[in-house]
Amino acid sequence: MESQGLHFYYGAFQALKDINLVIKARQITALIGPSGCGKSTFLRTLNRLNDLIPHTRVQGTVRLEGEDIYQPGMDVVSLRQRVGMVFQRPNPFPKSIFENVAFGPRVLGVHSKVEIEEKVEQSLKAAALWPEVSDLLHKDALGLALGQQQRLCIARVLAVEPEVILMDEPCSALDPLATLKIEELMQELKKNYTIVIVTHNMQQAARASDWTGFFLLGELLEYGVTGDIFTRPKDSRTENYITGRYG
Amino acid sequence: MFLKRKISKKIKEGAVEWLLLFSALSSIFITLGIVFILFYEALSFFKDVSLWEFLTGRQWTPLFAQPKFGILPLVTGTLLVTGIAVLVSLPIGLIVAVYLSEYAPFKVKEVAKPFLELLAAVPTVVYGYFALLFLTPILQKWIPHLSGFNALSPGIVMGIMIIPYVSSVSEDSMKAVPMHIREGSYAMGATKFQTAFKVIIPAAFSGIAAAFIIGISRAIGETMVVAIAAGMMPNLTLNPIEPVQTLTAYIVGVSLGDVPHGTTEYKTIFAAGMTLFLMTLFLNILGFWFRKRIREVY
Repeated sequence: MESQGLHFYYGAFQALKDINLVIKARQITALIGPSGCGKSTFLRTLNRLNDLIPHTRVQGTVRLEGEDIYQPGMDVVSLRQRVGMVFQRPNPFPKSIFENVAFGPRVLGVHSKVEIEEKVEQSLKAAALWPEVSDLLHKDALGLALGQQQRLCIARVLAVEPEVILMDEPCSALDPLATLKIEELMQELKKNYTIVIVTHNMQQAARASDWTGFFLLGELLEYGVTGDIFTRPKDSRTENYITGRYG
Repeated sequence: MFLKRKISKKIKEGAVEWLLLFSALSSIFITLGIVFILFYEALSFFKDVSLWEFLTGRQWTPLFAQPKFGILPLVTGTLLVTGIAVLVSLPIGLIVAVYLSEYAPFKVKEVAKPFLELLAAVPTVVYGYFALLFLTPILQKWIPHLSGFNALSPGIVMGIMIIPYVSSVSEDSMKAVPMHIREGSYAMGATKFQTAFKVIIPAAFSGIAAAFIIGISRAIGETMVVAIAAGMMPNLTLNPIEPVQTLTAYIVGVSLGDVPHGTTEYKTIFAAGMTLFLMTLFLNILGFWFRKRIREVY
């Protein structure tokens, strides 16, 4: 996935300025930066979720396997099936655990009960949640602990078999142990999926990602291999931010 | 001096508190008073007529020389008209709510909502004549055996009348579904339609159920439309093209007539009123229960 000359506006306010970024397949890309720098906005341009917000405007291109996702006639629904998303606050639907995961396949038009059951089990296993919930599949999803809810949301995304998974501060509502579990899971998922994660947690970006992009005031200031960004940042503002002197 | 002011302040404060308490209690006492009178008079009705006859009799002719006191024809009349109104108002009300909450652009909503609420502001008498003089003749072209007074026409009109009650409460409960749940659905590649019907409606279910119940109890209690357009004939039937009488229309009929006070005929309106009260009370309790569940969902 890549963006070229991407600008984004909320009304008259320009939230993203000329973002050029290539996201490597089957790697974890972390986007860091102070609040309001545009990293979440950028993430949401990748699956066109910003379309839901009125009075917004996009310029430039975002390509998924070479295809511009903002081209006229683009099928946004199938785009979002290819580019899944996990949100900051776990947002399971107020349904049972099973129904939450089954939602994606059902939306895709799978009706076979056996097929759906397989998909649910497979997705919950892939999200490392199966052992904890295999006996409570028909319990309300909102009864789970937050960390479990977040892994349920990941399972829900996996059930659609996306190519890319976007994560918008997936651990900010979680305790350290639950965070650790999600990070381990990301390493596992990276084998099959491209992951882009927005995070406020420097250690998380340093620990868990392969590539890091630093956003400031709507611009992508620096982008490179995570190790380089954290040890030899080229821009002094990046250095100030990651060492905690800024933002 | 200082102490005095303090005391007078205390008295004022206390007086205000009592006044407020009294106002609050008065509404409770008035309700209890109404219920008491209703039951008291109904009870004296059951001294004249057995409860068994009242509940199982198939004829309701209290004003005839040989009176029959079976409430069933009035209950079926009420249920029939209500059923038709519900068939009209629930689906349309729900669709309107889905449109307003999930689809409508802001500007359309601005215009559509006040217009919809205007439906609730039309006097019910106007709806009654609308059913009798406008809708029934039109329906008669389609349904040849439709009598001039019938259950169908007021049922449909009442349904239209109730749409805003159903749609506005349903819409409120759909709008109360948090944005992040909606985004979660869209981010899975669900269409607007799938999001509305598979995520939002189930999530808002208890609120929508409460809206339905408000609509239904509004239909059961509605008087004017049926008194005008349904005919005044207690008729044990579920056939919508025949004339019927509802509990409410019966009460109006007797209240307006010259039935002497204290007679059994007179007391029938309390028995009918109590039946009506119990029906709507049951629905209100059901609605209250559903509403209480809304807050527990997210």
